[in-house]
Amino acid sequence: MVASCFLSRGLTALAGLLLFSFGSLAASQIEDQAEQFFRSGHTNNWAVLVCTSRFWFNYRHVANTLSVYRSVKRLGIPDSHIVLMLADDMACNPRNPKPATVFSHKNMELNVYGDDVEVDYRSYEVTVENFLRVLTGRIPPSTPRSKRLLSDDRSNILIYMTGHGGNGFLKFQDSEEITNIELADAFEQMWQKRRYNELLFIIDTCQGASMYERFYSPNIMALASSQVGEDSLSHQPDPAIGVHLMDRYTFYVLEFLEEINPASQTNMNDLFQVCPRSLCVSTPGHRTDLFQRDPKNVLITDFFGSVRKVEITTETISLQPDLEIMENRYEKDWMNEELMEPLKYAEQLPVAQIIHQKPKLKDWHPPGGFILGLWALIIMVFFKTYGIKHMKFIF
Amino acid sequence: MGLLSDPVRRRALARLVLRLNAPLCVLSYAAGVAWFLALAFPPLTQRTYMSENAMGSTMVEEQFAGGDRARGLARDFAAHRRKSGALPVAWLERTMRSVGLEVYTQSFSRRLPFPDETHERYMVSGTNVYGILRAPRAASTESLVLTVPCGPDSTNSQAVGLLLALAAHFRGQIYWAKDIIFLVTEQDLLGTEAWLEAYHDVNVTGMQSSPLQGRAGAIQAAVALELSSDVVTSLDVAVEGLNGQLPNLDLLNLFQTFCQKGGLLCTLQGKQASGRPHGPHGLFLRYRVEALTIRGINSFRQYKYDLVAVGKALEGVFRKLNHLLERLHQSFFFYLLPALSRFVSIGLYMPAAGFLLLVLGLKALELWMQLHEAGVGPEEPRGATGPSPPVLPAQSVGLASLVAPLLISQAMGLALYILPVLSQHVATQHFPVAEAEAVVLTLLAIYAAGLALPHSTQRVVSAQAPDRGWMALKLVALIYLALQLACITLTNFSLGFLLAATMVPAAALTTPSGPRPVYAALLVLTSPAATLLGSLFLWRELQEAPLSLAEGWQLFLAALAQGVLEHHTYGALLFPLLALGLYPCWLLFWNVLFWK
Repeated sequence: MVASCFLSRGLTALAGLLLFSFGSLAASQIEDQAEQFFRSGHTNNWAVLVCTSRFWFNYRHVANTLSVYRSVKRLGIPDSHIVLMLADDMACNPRNPKPATVFSHKNMELNVYGDDVEVDYRSYEVTVENFLRVLTGRIPPSTPRSKRLLSDDRSNILIYMTGHGGNGFLKFQDSEEITNIELADAFEQMWQKRRYNELLFIIDTCQGASMYERFYSPNIMALASSQVGEDSLSHQPDPAIGVHLMDRYTFYVLEFLEEINPASQTNMNDLFQVCPRSLCVSTPGHRTDLFQRDPKNVLITDFFGSVRKVEITTETISLQPDLEIMENRYEKDWMNEELMEPLKYAEQLPVAQIIHQKPKLKDWHPPGGFILGLWALIIMVFFKTYGIKHMKFIF
Repeated sequence: MGLLSDPVRRRALARLVLRLNAPLCVLSYAAGVAWFLALAFPPLTQRTYMSENAMGSTMVEEQFAGGDRARGLARDFAAHRRKSGALPVAWLERTMRSVGLEVYTQSFSRRLPFPDETHERYMVSGTNVYGILRAPRAASTESLVLTVPCGPDSTNSQAVGLLLALAAHFRGQIYWAKDIIFLVTEQDLLGTEAWLEAYHDVNVTGMQSSPLQGRAGAIQAAVALELSSDVVTSLDVAVEGLNGQLPNLDLLNLFQTFCQKGGLLCTLQGKQASGRPHGPHGLFLRYRVEALTIRGINSFRQYKYDLVAVGKALEGVFRKLNHLLERLHQSFFFYLLPALSRFVSIGLYMPAAGFLLLVLGLKALELWMQLHEAGVGPEEPRGATGPSPPVLPAQSVGLASLVAPLLISQAMGLALYILPVLSQHVATQHFPVAEAEAVVLTLLAIYAAGLALPHSTQRVVSAQAPDRGWMALKLVALIYLALQLACITLTNFSLGFLLAATMVPAAALTTPSGPRPVYAALLVLTSPAATLLGSLFLWRELQEAPLSLAEGWQLFLAALAQGVLEHHTYGALLFPLLALGLYPCWLLFWNVLFWK
């Protein structure tokens, strides 16, 4: 009797213990999930996709941009959050043997110009000025909403640029260029105006790595298709259309992205491996030193997709302010504040060297004491000459 | 007062130049000829490459398969042509319209300055027929031309058939961004010239033509086609145009890449020096329209290509030209082609001519020094060899004795230019010759009359012609020759180099002292007419069809007639250049030789 009593008590104790452990385990799992819910700091995604070259023989740049547009849209970013800039109209070019299509694979396998492509900046509107205005938000009030980058400090922005470039510049429309310094300054303006949480910058041009050399704002990760001194090569020559359809780097990025779905856990390290030298002939490069998080913790969908995180739970979760997380956050803010002071980075040109300005010529006035002394002298000389008796008429 | 330059140093320099002059001249001439011969080898020649980015590196696939249709159309055309004797305009209009082009015609007529014996025509008239394929989705601001010249002796019916089949094929494509004009001309180049003048609204050669009803924008490039048989073994490309003008090298590179792609054998025909338009393309070049003429040759080779292969090559060329955004301007305009895939640019071939002209410069410098040494005066104890005349009278007599020979030589040149054509009727009245013969024989007569000049000139000028006078005359003649040859070489290198290579030694060597018969023979042999004769023989030798003397003479006369005729009909500059420029210069040297 006593044994059964002991046994039952032991059993209940064991059951209670098990339940408790399960419960705590479950609770801790949910709390883990809840923690992961707020792991990355962004709540919305934007994409700015720019093709900078015109003319029929630059068909591949438009196809590049439209491929990235297609992937980004498929993974969830809506058109209202995509700013698509195409410098020329390849689909309706008279030389296009298949009008209203832009193909990215030869033998016309994949048409990236479908029914639902929304081009925001088209043809001659793609200029350096417009691009910088989009990034920094200094847009005239009459600009329609679709042409604005309405991002906030919790936005992750993907910026993809393609065209013809060189060491330190990217050519726009065969008539002007944007330099890497201008771009870096634009990103700094965005940072100071809190227009992004994290930024992923991808560029597919010749000598693309030169474009991200000058970045100095935090939370920027950059990828380029080739190093300084290398050319990015084109791919997919199509004899039926008569031009190259894609560039190599973007072609392999597109293949990589086709395998991503909104639930993928693939991270940035995999993206860095895309298009090795054997396939791309040029050496793709990347830059992560300005980025806070470890690239292996950054999901592809953090930038390429707009993943609405939904977790269904029947448990109550007490969102207690975890002191550790709070401390981390305070540290982060403090680090952010630290970063607001100018960073020490290599070979950044001082402002005086960038901006050559003559000092403004202010009119020179003689110092006040001098004038007073001068008047005193004049009066003394007057009275000395003409006698002190005149003084009563003055004072 | 002090002198600005050191007379002692100057005299030493002058003596050095005078001493080294002869070896320097010989060295320079040899260097020029050696450089020219070295142009055939690398590193002076380079492989050709496409410079225009818009035409790109991707090939386009050709889908032309209308060989049978082309042959059928060619047969129809030949039959209709035989029936009507001239170009079957109505049939062409009907066929072009059925293919889907906008068809227009243009009639033209011209009275030649004298009857053309080779083509047996005097009053030339004809009709050009052309069809325009409008670009389906582009504004008609630019166009390309495919032209087939039909003449009385070259029916070119296969080319017409291929043109019509290509037009039918092109009409079915939607990727044209430029209009394409399919042009069939009559009377060979005269028809092409009439069409071009009417298209660009100019009147350069006195052709009477009706204005064009249909137009298609600025012409970016043109291809002329001449085929005389159903199968070809090779395609011959002619690039040289009127007055030695050349199309942009990119057009040739483009054609050559398609030859390589299709495995066609393409050869190059070269004859720039005559300055004749070697095909319709030559006339297009004057309007800065890059053009080529492609001739199909059927010779005894094993592998033959049919019309489909030629059509595919043309289709590829046109499709690539369609990609152009601007006129062809990236590649060279002045070049030499040792072979179809190798070229020499102007910077590398000019030194050859430069060295030759340097000889003239050196000689002129020597004469100048000698003249001034003679005129230095009593300070110089060791003056010129012979009695040194006083300074002032020598110079004044020198000038007077220069003007007369110059004027008379130029007058002879003018007579050579104007008289033959002007006086042909007078000649035919008095002599039993045809007009063309009269022109040529008058030419030769005036040319030979120039040889008798020195005797008459001496009589006109005062008998007191000083010994030094010939130096001044030779100096002027040398500079005149150098200037002319330099200008000719710039635009037509082959002609310039040929003339320089022959005339420079004779010009440099000519002096009144020395073996006169030898110099006289040398000078006659290197006169422009003799150079022409010699080059004719040489050309035929190179073509492995050597001429006998009588044949050569006949050919020479025919070439002279052609030269005069082409000047009047197309504005070719060879005849006036030789008559008004080089012949008077040569006469000056002849005068120097016979200076008493």
